[in-house]
Amino acid sequence: MKSIREIQEEIVDEFELYDDWMDKYNYLIGLSKDLPLIDPRLKTNDNLINGCQSKVWLNAEFRNGVINFSADSDAIITKGIISLLVRVLSGRDPAEVMNADLWFIDRIGLHQNLSPTRSNGLLAMIKQMRLYALAYYTRNKKVTSSK
Amino acid sequence: MNYDVHKIRRDFPILKQLVYNKPLVYLDNGATTQKPLQVIDCINEYHTSKNSSIHRAVHYLSEMATEDYEEARKTVRAFLNAAHPHEIIFTAGTTAAINGLALAFGERYVKPGDEILVTEMEHHANIVPWQMMCERKGARLMVIPFTDDGVLETDRLDDLITSRTRLIGVIHVSNALGTINPVEKIIEKAHKSGIPVLVDGAQSVQHCAIDVQKMDCDFYVFSGHKIYGPTGIGVFYGKEKWLTELPPFQGGGEMVDVVTFEKTTYNTLPFKFEAGTTNYIGAIGLAKALDYVSAIGIDNIARHEHEILDYGTGLLGDLDFIRLYGKSDKRSSILSFDIRGVHPYDAGMIMDKMGLAVRTGTHCAQTVMKHYGIEGTIRASLAMYNTREELDILADSVKKVYAMFA
Repeated sequence: MKSIREIQEEIVDEFELYDDWMDKYNYLIGLSKDLPLIDPRLKTNDNLINGCQSKVWLNAEFRNGVINFSADSDAIITKGIISLLVRVLSGRDPAEVMNADLWFIDRIGLHQNLSPTRSNGLLAMIKQMRLYALAYYTRNKKVTSSK
Repeated sequence: MNYDVHKIRRDFPILKQLVYNKPLVYLDNGATTQKPLQVIDCINEYHTSKNSSIHRAVHYLSEMATEDYEEARKTVRAFLNAAHPHEIIFTAGTTAAINGLALAFGERYVKPGDEILVTEMEHHANIVPWQMMCERKGARLMVIPFTDDGVLETDRLDDLITSRTRLIGVIHVSNALGTINPVEKIIEKAHKSGIPVLVDGAQSVQHCAIDVQKMDCDFYVFSGHKIYGPTGIGVFYGKEKWLTELPPFQGGGEMVDVVTFEKTTYNTLPFKFEAGTTNYIGAIGLAKALDYVSAIGIDNIARHEHEILDYGTGLLGDLDFIRLYGKSDKRSSILSFDIRGVHPYDAGMIMDKMGLAVRTGTHCAQTVMKHYGIEGTIRASLAMYNTREELDILADSVKKVYAMFA
């Protein structure tokens, strides 16, 4: 499996293929289809992330020592952005997710091109992913130490 | 009448710029308007050579600033055709004015079980302050609903106005739908029962001639930055009779007469309501903006805006994947719509990259969105400097967005 750094580099390369903003967004729209969709039954208020102009539902499952994320959004660009986050962070152990330095967002220009309210949505998403990681990390440690 | 929109545009330096290498198409005037050079220069000049605190000192600069500030009050009086300059209170904006009124009015007149009546299409600024006051006083907030066309159901007023109604708050022009509400009719009905009416003019003062005496409203509020003036300045107009009776909503310097630790007596109108150092440069800048509007003529502006609103409504109306909200035959300057199958956020992101500044979301009017059961709309809001060509670009961008997502 590629490292977090390698995947981020890959994403940056992909976005650099496009000069025009329209093309970048078209690419994001395409990526939205890759997002592992959350089970519709899990689209509850508990799994809804606050701070987004669009709605985002996020779920995390912890199996065999790694976290897998699934999500959905009512806005397609948001879905595209989450699919990138999931691509970088899914299948990692909790400590990796907690400590990941997500520099690709800046590098592909998404951060500076999202207004603060939208940006907060993006930050809220990342925060929620890290919170899941922290929860599983803590639980895992307890299980390990009680053995 | 020859309305030279291109000449007007030259007064607004910000409009010349490119965003993402595309000409800026600024259609977010409902949120804030751009400032003409006349206003920018006035504020700059004030900071450069005239700044001094008003009403405090006898020195040259202070005298001059005080005079200009009081002149600004007279300019606002004339613009609204208020009866007296002391009926014009400078505040930080519409929101500050309504919060102040809700506080003072609640303290003076509202008892448990009383009712405040607002409309279903209010901006949050004319809901939340009343809600907060109602909670404090044990009063109830009642609502005048609107139809799916975005028209207030004024025929229900007879039922909604009760012996417990203490005040009616109405948005003059809806920021989410553009509906021009029949405030005169509501005021007439309210006054038959002796109830005062607050008109939220945040979206009307820049689009049509306001005559508060003819309208007969008891309170009228607006924000300077939505009428080509600076931010952080607004106007709270109240009839003399009400302003005399109402207690001040803030304490501090300038609003007092005699201060001892036992008791303070208050200054006369309008100073009773202007505690602390006011935003005098804002007020002077606002007066400059009103002069600018008056020089062009508010009726000429209204005619131009109406013309391009009709043009834009026609362009969007021709697209079968567009749903327009607000179909009142009396509308002003706002095109609120969604694109079938496209989330407003997605649309906004793409339109931004095409150089368009539009608003997406709930527009601080969640009750309006709830009425239609939608998450939000795309809102293009017009001003005196917008052109037909810009609306062509809007319609074009909407088609592109639809092609991208749907």
